Amino acid sequence: MVVGWWLVIGVAGLVVRSNASLVARLYPLGALGSLALSATALWSLQQPPNVAVLLLGLPDLPFHLRLDALSALFLVLLGAASVGVSLFAAGYFRHEPSGAAGLLCLQYHIFLAAMALVLVADDAYMFMVAWETMALASYFLVTTDHKVPTIRSAGFLYLLIAHVGAVGILLCFGVMQGGHGDYTFATMRQAHLSENWASAAFLLALFGFGAKAGLLPVHTWLPEAHPAAPSPVSAIMSGVMLKTAVYGLLRVSFDLLDAQMWWWGVVLLTLGLLTALFGVIFAAVQTDMKRLLAYSSIENIGIVAVGIGLAMIFHAYHLNMLAALALTAALYHCLNHAFFKSLLFLGTGHVLHASGERNLGKLGGLIHRMPWLSAMMLIGILAIAALPPFNGFVSEWLLLQAFLFSPSLPNSYLVMLVPVAAAALVLASALAAYVMVKFYGVVFLGQPREEKLKNAHDVGPWQRAGLLWLAFGCIALGLLPIFVISWIDPATSLLVEQSLGNSAAHGGWLFLTPVSAERASYSPVLFVGVIIAIVLLAAPLMKYIVQRREVRRGAAWDCGYPLQNACMQDTAEGFGQPIKQIFEPFFRIERHLPSAFDAQPHYHAKAQDRLWYWLYLPLARVIDLGSLLVGKLQHGRIYLYLLYSFLTLLALLMFVR
Amino acid sequence: MEFALSQFFQVLIVVFAAPLLSGWVAQCRAWLQNRSGPGIAQPYRNLAKLLRKDTLLAHNASPLFRGVPYILLGCMVLVAGIVPVLATDLPFAPAADVIALVGILALARVFVALAAMDIGTAFGSMGARREMLVAFLAEPALLMVFFTASLISQSTSLTTIVETLAHREFVLYPSMAFAAVAFVMVLLAENARIPVDNPATHLELTMIHEAMILEYSGRHLALIEWASSIKLMLYMSIGIALFLPFGIAEAGNWAAIPLAVIVLALKLMLAGAGLALLETLSAKMRIFRAPEFLGTAFLLAVLGMLIRFLLGG
Repeated sequence: MVVGWWLVIGVAGLVVRSNASLVARLYPLGALGSLALSATALWSLQQPPNVAVLLLGLPDLPFHLRLDALSALFLVLLGAASVGVSLFAAGYFRHEPSGAAGLLCLQYHIFLAAMALVLVADDAYMFMVAWETMALASYFLVTTDHKVPTIRSAGFLYLLIAHVGAVGILLCFGVMQGGHGDYTFATMRQAHLSENWASAAFLLALFGFGAKAGLLPVHTWLPEAHPAAPSPVSAIMSGVMLKTAVYGLLRVSFDLLDAQMWWWGVVLLTLGLLTALFGVIFAAVQTDMKRLLAYSSIENIGIVAVGIGLAMIFHAYHLNMLAALALTAALYHCLNHAFFKSLLFLGTGHVLHASGERNLGKLGGLIHRMPWLSAMMLIGILAIAALPPFNGFVSEWLLLQAFLFSPSLPNSYLVMLVPVAAAALVLASALAAYVMVKFYGVVFLGQPREEKLKNAHDVGPWQRAGLLWLAFGCIALGLLPIFVISWIDPATSLLVEQSLGNSAAHGGWLFLTPVSAERASYSPVLFVGVIIAIVLLAAPLMKYIVQRREVRRGAAWDCGYPLQNACMQDTAEGFGQPIKQIFEPFFRIERHLPSAFDAQPHYHAKAQDRLWYWLYLPLARVIDLGSLLVGKLQHGRIYLYLLYSFLTLLALLMFVR
Repeated sequence: MEFALSQFFQVLIVVFAAPLLSGWVAQCRAWLQNRSGPGIAQPYRNLAKLLRKDTLLAHNASPLFRGVPYILLGCMVLVAGIVPVLATDLPFAPAADVIALVGILALARVFVALAAMDIGTAFGSMGARREMLVAFLAEPALLMVFFTASLISQSTSLTTIVETLAHREFVLYPSMAFAAVAFVMVLLAENARIPVDNPATHLELTMIHEAMILEYSGRHLALIEWASSIKLMLYMSIGIALFLPFGIAEAGNWAAIPLAVIVLALKLMLAGAGLALLETLSAKMRIFRAPEFLGTAFLLAVLGMLIRFLLGG
């Protein structure tokens, strides 16, 4: 079976080879590979874990592969999301110059293959090789437009944080092998670390994978790298690559370390909440489409972290059923985010392509020019704003149900902490709705703010297919949660020895009842049916029976104000202004106000991240100073270096006898 | 069959009696302000007038704009099928629990806000912005109120919550007292009432909800007005069901429904008069006071939940 899976990657590899001018035509083949990948992974979810040893790698250090339920679930995610993105890319990259297009195609497929390898790696060596390949491939993809200086610096920041994170992961594996020198995950699972060492390993993993996922102190690369990358790449990075970090965190903390300590969960929960609130508040004040979505990714990763943290807390107190509930919510949210975030990034990609404009304040009214894209994006924003009946709501619902079980925890401090966390989480998701109304309203609704938007064209057939696939995913994941949970179950039972399985499907396929029917139930199909029925009943009733006249068209009323133009609508800044005012302490705001006598008044306000000034710049200064000091050791004179060697030798002789 | 009947009966009552409640609140307000008032049937006359009038759409209106009134009505009718207004044995109630209920209300609100931005007028986007500003604090506060209640009954299903609460002895539970205050504040904000919003004016400084629906006319406006009055009635019924559930018809008790109708009518009359009194006594807030007001509601609701954890009350 692994062989079958390997063939799929082979297909991707083959696709990569032919850098012809017909490169764009190759992406659908890649999409076919992705489809096959997700189908095999879906099938292998129910199978016992499969192990294989590859004949690659260093002598005596072969690559180990293992495909268990957790890997399979994330492979499904990778495959399913990349089907849509690859289809879209077939249309999107058509206009690239052919040399660059071939290279782009190569990097894109290596990136996909590397992610798949990360997910099936079964030893630290293989994992790190695949992880670094993934980081490098995505770095080159981010810097596709390397002639632009800001993109180069964004790429550098990304590479830097990716590598600092990779060092954390490397150290974590070093701690976990426990002195045996054997780096396969199987021996790490057997190794019994002391509490302190296990905690050290967990914190290192949290730092390393957190840097990739964009948890709070190490999130800064996301809003820089996502806008820099071409849109299909941003979609894959945000929709899938962030999930590989989630996978890594789950693999290390649950599978390899068995999540022993309750305070790990508290750390992760707190960090996740801060990340979620931070991400959504910053998303609300952004004016660049892709930066807004990048901050929203930070928020979503925060929500996933909250779910995992809660699962850890429950698991540490052996409440495995509840741990399974929280973990299911987190994994479900990973799947959801892969779909709707890819959808939104691809949509912004097309808007950018068609209008050449990424500033929200210069778009508007696109619903008339791009009806297809607007309909897809509407589904995307309703899903990401966690509104029923779309998929974002299901995971949020499961997570809140898990929160409501916190009174069964034996630790009374935690029992008090958890409801506050639930309140913060709900606040974050309500703000997400604010952000998404702003995003959709400013870009797609209203009047076009620039003349050139009147010629913007809708998506082509390939792009439409990709978007349709992802939008369909958002709806299906939202309407049929029982089936999705039955896919997630093997993964949760692998990690916390329990799954929602039977109890979730207790009410048949129609009703989702995670614990018991008396406790809570949710049936999206039923109530969507009711809403649709009422709309279908009311609309003809109104149109043909109550009021038989056709609607008339006229000028907008707007309280009778006569002079209306497109500049009078809210821009992104205007819409985000209340949030900026309410959460002012969060931002570092630079304002330039025009004076009263200015002939050409110009207003400029920039909301920046305080962490940048509190953490990163001081840190950079310290490192700078440190390297200056170290630099003083080097004079380029050979006798000085000989002296250093001699002194080192003396010191070693003194200490190591 | 009886189940389906009680369900159907309740939805019909809520949908068709809702304008009456709005009329009653307006009439009470008029009396309190020493005016004679238009009579409690005025909302019906308004609806009839709007249904007779032509429907005018702005040139720039997209299909989204035309669809929203129907979606809004659909959401409200759906909620009317879930909330235990008259009886607790609603076969439809398992389709959505309190979290989903808040979600459906949020869905309706997001659609209205999007429709407000659709024409691209200054007032429309201003209304959408303000509505979302009010909502992002009111929605969590409402959810926290529900959480407090569902921690008592160990369930997020609204019918189970109400049955549990109705069977408890009548003692003032501190957690529920906090939740009740928070709920009233949310009710004022979500239904465009003074002190947060003033539905009676068309002034830039005060409009929130009205600014969003300025461009609607004719049958679209009628549907929106109708949906708003259903929403008010549902919020009041939720409040009654959570904090004064006595007299509601319980599962299997088919004969109790007529009594439940009378009790409900009395309670709604009292609640409507109370709402009118609150509105008369308070002044409209500046828009930037609204976040403080709702922040207070949110904190009260969270405090209620914490008290539930600390004291078990």
